[in-house]
Amino acid sequence: MLRLEKRPQPSQVWTYTTPLLAVAITMVMGGILFAALGKDPLIAIRTIFWDPMFGQFASYSLPQLLVKAGPLMLIAIGLSFGFRAGVWNIGAEGQYIIGAICGAAVGLAFYPMEARWLIFPLMIIAGFAGGMLWALIPGFLRVRFGTNEILVSLMLVYVAEQLLASMSLGLLRNPEGMGFPGSRNLSQITSSQNLELISGTGMHWGVVFAFIAVIFAYIALSRHMFGFNVRLAGQSPKAAAFSGVNPKRLVLICMGLSGALAGAAGLFEVAGPSGQVSIDFNVGYGFTAIIVAFLGRLHPVGILLAALLMALTYIGGEIAQLTLGLPGAAIQLFQGMLLFFLLAVDVLTNYRIVLAKSEAA
Amino acid sequence: MRETLLELDGLTKAYPGVVANSDVSFQIGKGEVHALLGENGAGKSTLVKTIYGLVKPDTGTMTLEGKSFAPAEPRSARASGIAMVFQHFSLFDALDVAENIALGMENPPAMGDLADRIRDVSETYGLPLDPSRIVGDLSAGERQRVEIIRCLLQDPKLLIMDEPTSVLTPQEVEILFETLRLLSSEGTAILYISHKLEEIRALCESATILRLGKVVGTCDPRQTSAREMAEMMVGSTLHTPEREAKDPGEVVLSIKSLSAPAPHRFGTALKDISIDVRAGEVLGIGGVAGNGQDELVAALSGEMRTGAGMVSLNGQSIGHLMPNARRARGLCAAPEERNGHAAAPDMSLTENATLTGTVRMGLTRNGFVQWHKARSFAEEVIKAFDVRTPGPDNAARSLSGGNLQKFVIGREIMQKPRVFVVNQPTWGVDASAAAAIRQALLDLAADGAAVVVISQDLDELMEISDRFAALNGGALSAPRPAQGLTVEEIGLMLGGAHDMEVAHVEA
Amino acid sequence: MDFSSINPILLLASLMVASTPILLAAIGELVVERAGVLNLGVEGMMITGAVCGFVVAYHSGSPWLGFICAALGGAALSMLFAFLTQFLLSNQVATGLALTLFGLGLSALIGQGYNGIKAPNFPDWHIPLLGDIPVVGPIVFQHDPMVYVGLLIVGAVWAFLKYSRAGLILRAVGENHDAAHALGYNVIFIRFLAIGFGGACAGLGGAYISLVRVPQWTEGMTAGAGWIALAIVVFASWKPSRLLLGAYLFGGVTVLQLNLQAAGLAIPVEYLSMSPYLATIIVLVIMSAGRAPGSLGKIFHASR
Repeated sequence: MLRLEKRPQPSQVWTYTTPLLAVAITMVMGGILFAALGKDPLIAIRTIFWDPMFGQFASYSLPQLLVKAGPLMLIAIGLSFGFRAGVWNIGAEGQYIIGAICGAAVGLAFYPMEARWLIFPLMIIAGFAGGMLWALIPGFLRVRFGTNEILVSLMLVYVAEQLLASMSLGLLRNPEGMGFPGSRNLSQITSSQNLELISGTGMHWGVVFAFIAVIFAYIALSRHMFGFNVRLAGQSPKAAAFSGVNPKRLVLICMGLSGALAGAAGLFEVAGPSGQVSIDFNVGYGFTAIIVAFLGRLHPVGILLAALLMALTYIGGEIAQLTLGLPGAAIQLFQGMLLFFLLAVDVLTNYRIVLAKSEAA
Repeated sequence: MRETLLELDGLTKAYPGVVANSDVSFQIGKGEVHALLGENGAGKSTLVKTIYGLVKPDTGTMTLEGKSFAPAEPRSARASGIAMVFQHFSLFDALDVAENIALGMENPPAMGDLADRIRDVSETYGLPLDPSRIVGDLSAGERQRVEIIRCLLQDPKLLIMDEPTSVLTPQEVEILFETLRLLSSEGTAILYISHKLEEIRALCESATILRLGKVVGTCDPRQTSAREMAEMMVGSTLHTPEREAKDPGEVVLSIKSLSAPAPHRFGTALKDISIDVRAGEVLGIGGVAGNGQDELVAALSGEMRTGAGMVSLNGQSIGHLMPNARRARGLCAAPEERNGHAAAPDMSLTENATLTGTVRMGLTRNGFVQWHKARSFAEEVIKAFDVRTPGPDNAARSLSGGNLQKFVIGREIMQKPRVFVVNQPTWGVDASAAAAIRQALLDLAADGAAVVVISQDLDELMEISDRFAALNGGALSAPRPAQGLTVEEIGLMLGGAHDMEVAHVEA
Repeated sequence: MDFSSINPILLLASLMVASTPILLAAIGELVVERAGVLNLGVEGMMITGAVCGFVVAYHSGSPWLGFICAALGGAALSMLFAFLTQFLLSNQVATGLALTLFGLGLSALIGQGYNGIKAPNFPDWHIPLLGDIPVVGPIVFQHDPMVYVGLLIVGAVWAFLKYSRAGLILRAVGENHDAAHALGYNVIFIRFLAIGFGGACAGLGGAYISLVRVPQWTEGMTAGAGWIALAIVVFASWKPSRLLLGAYLFGGVTVLQLNLQAAGLAIPVEYLSMSPYLATIIVLVIMSAGRAPGSLGKIFHASR
């Protein structure tokens, strides 16, 4: 019989190995899945993981890597602090939407004024602010009433989606759009556009902010009292209280931070790659970012790598859809599996598997 | 000579790194009150778990009433007539007494019948219980009653009691002993585990003494002195802490009408506590668990804020301040639960040093942690307090209880506080570490700090306190000088037993 | 705007239909949480049940078979969650989320090619005598069988928790898993059973949406019903009787806003569509929830 025995110390080796192990197992299981769908597993895996970077479409798909990884990174960094502290912001998708709406609204409000130095920064601030406020709703409710932030932030995602539809059809609709839903195309307006800074790389301001966030997060987590308090509150709430961490303030800061970053990601997306505020411009980054956060073990550098990996699966998945006829849902399943396997092998960090002689309890 | 009920022969049990029991053999007779003595870590728990079926021995046999006895699980042990009252109760706070008892029984009768039986048995043995009361609302002594009644309802042949009196007032102890004597006279054997020598001498007719997993002696406690038993238990003479008499200085910590509501459903409200503590003084606060100790420490350390003027330090109101603000002013504290409250188990000792040391040891600059300074601080604590660990990078959970306690208390003492509040300083700690901790507390007071020690161990309090007060139901008794206090007086201060009566049974 | 087009009797009757999927999922999750486990994967289990039930019902022509397979599908998925959280000691929140994402992906995959197809018919029962009572009859006694199955399950769970020994043991495990273990109860086994039951109920709830309420299959058709079910468990303070009330409340809001939309109420459709979710939030806030089971969400590792 196998038994789990708690390690006296969390294992350093396994902390780094588990994500790699999880990816490896997922590839194997994914291969089996693809085979069951009638596709050659090796070709499918190659298409998803190798082709986007080195295949025949690479000049198109490689820049997409940063385009997709940027928002994932930005959102996941914000989420990671909360998750470490036991503050579960599951509604990042909603904060992403609201940030986009707010930022776009500012940009559109100034139209057709041409003053990029003023308008674009204001849009960014609006994006941060919108997302932050939307996240502070569940944060405030938790602090004041003890309401579960998981459920509230989630409900607000559905509310945000409805709000988005309403804005696309109403307030933010393009008056010159011939009645079609959706706002003006912000990426075509000089003052508000968020285009590639270095052509061919896909790196837009959102990606830049994402990398900056990674650096700040790393410093905060390893060297600053805020990072220490976050880790402490998540591991031992009682010890955190004893140390003097103010739990309410921590909840608000974590929710606000993750909301702000998610909102900014939304703004950068809507002013850039997706271009306009439309009913379904959101593609689930807010939820995928949760997987990215866990895959990166809630660590800034891990998140950076995990975001790139996840972006790879998105792009590779698209290519596989085109060239192999692989259903899009299979990729979604693949990503869910990745999280599952990561959680499964994570046990090895804190516990040893021991062969036990059968004995009572 | 009594007929033998249970015979243990050559029991050995080893775990990785430690031999818990080594070739243990002894006998318990029918109706005998048999003590199992030993310090923490002597192997009493493991032995008893073996008898109760929670643990299988590596070698050795057990015989019950002449027949081979090797229970595979507690259920078989219970079926064979062995009942056990654990030191840490297995009770469910949100359920009522009857439900709790039903859960501990194999084939409980219907609830209505069970309630009647509970009432009967509890009255008979002098431990009255209302079956419909929610267990979370009961005092520690009452909760123990639930455990005992649960055992008694199964007509056990052998009742094992693991450190039963740590949660009882002296009067409650006496009543418990009457109950046990009654049971013994009816033929139920009692295996009484304890390290409290005077109690064992008052109650038990034979004793087996364990040290480091081996049986080092048996005796008749009624005819052996406490000192002799202690020496057999420890194997050497104990160092009694020394203190010089000193005139207490001025008032440093002042608590005025400290009242606070219970922090959660099963907590205790603090009721109008007022007391002053002077520099150089050790104030001992006694009381069984659950009478407001945790809440009092939280109110003093800053985890729980109260009215500003309720707690004052050197004349300044601090009742509204957070823990770090209090540390800045010289007040440090060590809560009872070392793993999870006083220290974060999964963090390293360096990080745990940062837990409370940032303010007084200057471990941060502009919010950034100076990790090299934190590490040095941790290393100093480890060295000064003889904490056995490979180094400051080890996780707190890798330390043994005694070593972690030394670290936690050492961490606070080395910050040179003006006031130090500690809750259960030597609970679960081996004798030599306990002596070291007590000496450190006395040294701290000798240096001019005001020390408040909250403990369930009355012997310890009598040893180190200048003044003594009792915490009962959230209220603090008036303090008395510790010297010359008798056990009866202490018992009265602790509140006595409320509704317990001496056991009565038709002969 | 034409309020007269809203028929109150139909409204109340459709309330029971609208509430049933949430009711089923919620009562299952209530049992799981009473055992001390927080399974956030309800949405994933529901949608899996929806697709399994639909596919089986479509191919076999029997909605009853569909429901059974939906329950099995939901339970099977929940076993993944059980294995991860009970044996591999993974964090319950993260694992529940993973279950939801996985379930959404799995159901989308299985459901390929079934979009837009109509499910086989699941006729209403007309209970003799009771169904003929004016007003009350159509509201309560003329529903499809699953509505009654749902109510039956709620009643059974209530009796189970309150009166049976097994129910007492389950509550004990949820209260204090260490004490239950010390007393010799197999905490992990009991939790596995509870989680499986929760999965089965969620599966039934999901299948109800795809087989009765809509009734067809679309990707993501549960649209947050699983999350609302979780909220209802909190609203119910983990008591079955209050859970019934909560489910009807939410069903009521959903149905009312649909009717108001149809009647042409002068509020944009999107805002009306938001109302069930906003109502959920408001209720969660107003509710000072009763005490949660003591071990809820905590990892159980039997140490020697």
